Amino acid sequence: MLVDMRSFWRTLDRGSLRDIALVCLADAIVGASFGAITVSGGLRPWVPITMSVLVFAGGAQFAAAGVVLAGGSPAAAVLAGLILNARLLPYGFTVADTVGARWWTRLLGAQLITDESVAFTMRQHGPGRRRVTFWTCGLALFGCWNVAVVLGVLAGAVLRNTGSFGLDAAFPTVLLALVLPSLTHRGTRHAALAGAIIAVAATPFLPAGVPVLLALGGLVLAGRPAATVADTNPALEVR
Amino acid sequence: MPLLAIAALAAGTYAFRLAGPVFRNRVRIPDRLQRLLSVATAVLLTALVATAALTQGHGFAGWARPAGVLVGGVLALRRAPFPVVIVAAAATTAGLRLAGIP
Repeated sequence: MLVDMRSFWRTLDRGSLRDIALVCLADAIVGASFGAITVSGGLRPWVPITMSVLVFAGGAQFAAAGVVLAGGSPAAAVLAGLILNARLLPYGFTVADTVGARWWTRLLGAQLITDESVAFTMRQHGPGRRRVTFWTCGLALFGCWNVAVVLGVLAGAVLRNTGSFGLDAAFPTVLLALVLPSLTHRGTRHAALAGAIIAVAATPFLPAGVPVLLALGGLVLAGRPAATVADTNPALEVR
Repeated sequence: MPLLAIAALAAGTYAFRLAGPVFRNRVRIPDRLQRLLSVATAVLLTALVATAALTQGHGFAGWARPAGVLVGGVLALRRAPFPVVIVAAAATTAGLRLAGIP
């Protein structure tokens, strides 16, 4: 650990620890769903596990796996995942000072940058509290997420005939639950609706994976930049 | 999904993450770009929801699946717990199929 335990408990109050534990639990459920859905959908077990350790971004993992499961090309899957993860770029600048100055804390800390860890970190005041929060939240999430994915893979390998269990409805529902909070801003909602219509309309005519990328055309309806921080960072709630 | 594709996605994602800690004060991300990136996230995810719920291959997925997703979505809007949302969606779809609706 980067700090000794006494200053750790002094720095991170009980409420923050409880919040972090709750987010870990919520993410673990999403991670287990990812493992179970991808494997029962036909992907080899090492695929979701490797993705979860190396990519460590739920939305992009679901997106990329979804494109492949729908019969799309790996290139389209990678592109969709990368566009989703481009939002991590501004996050990195937000927590740059928190991650630390040494080269190895930057290399390690970078992998722990997620919607959740950044949101928790920026809620704290003072560099010390932020540093402890970032590393605690980031490491806890990394552990929970990957363990949960492995457990989900084990569960998913048992489930066959996924259609009769309605598991094909679970994948879009997970994504819907993740994206709903960011649709409260009207401009974002309009852009998202237009994009969804474009993607569905294009599906009969184009190779799988491409319609989802075409949905970005809906961005022209995004409207003027929002004024509040909550509106400018809807992705804080998407993962 | 080939290992090369996973590696490419992982490398690109890590580059997005590492740019901030490495370049810190030398570069500033314009607000417009930040806003565009977060809206693009919502647009892509929503499009995935729509295509995964409504289509199978190049055609319609049948009624059971979108009905299940709709039930899950309504529950999510009403702030039901995440596991409840997912189980209700799957159960609705499974129930409709059991009743003979594809």
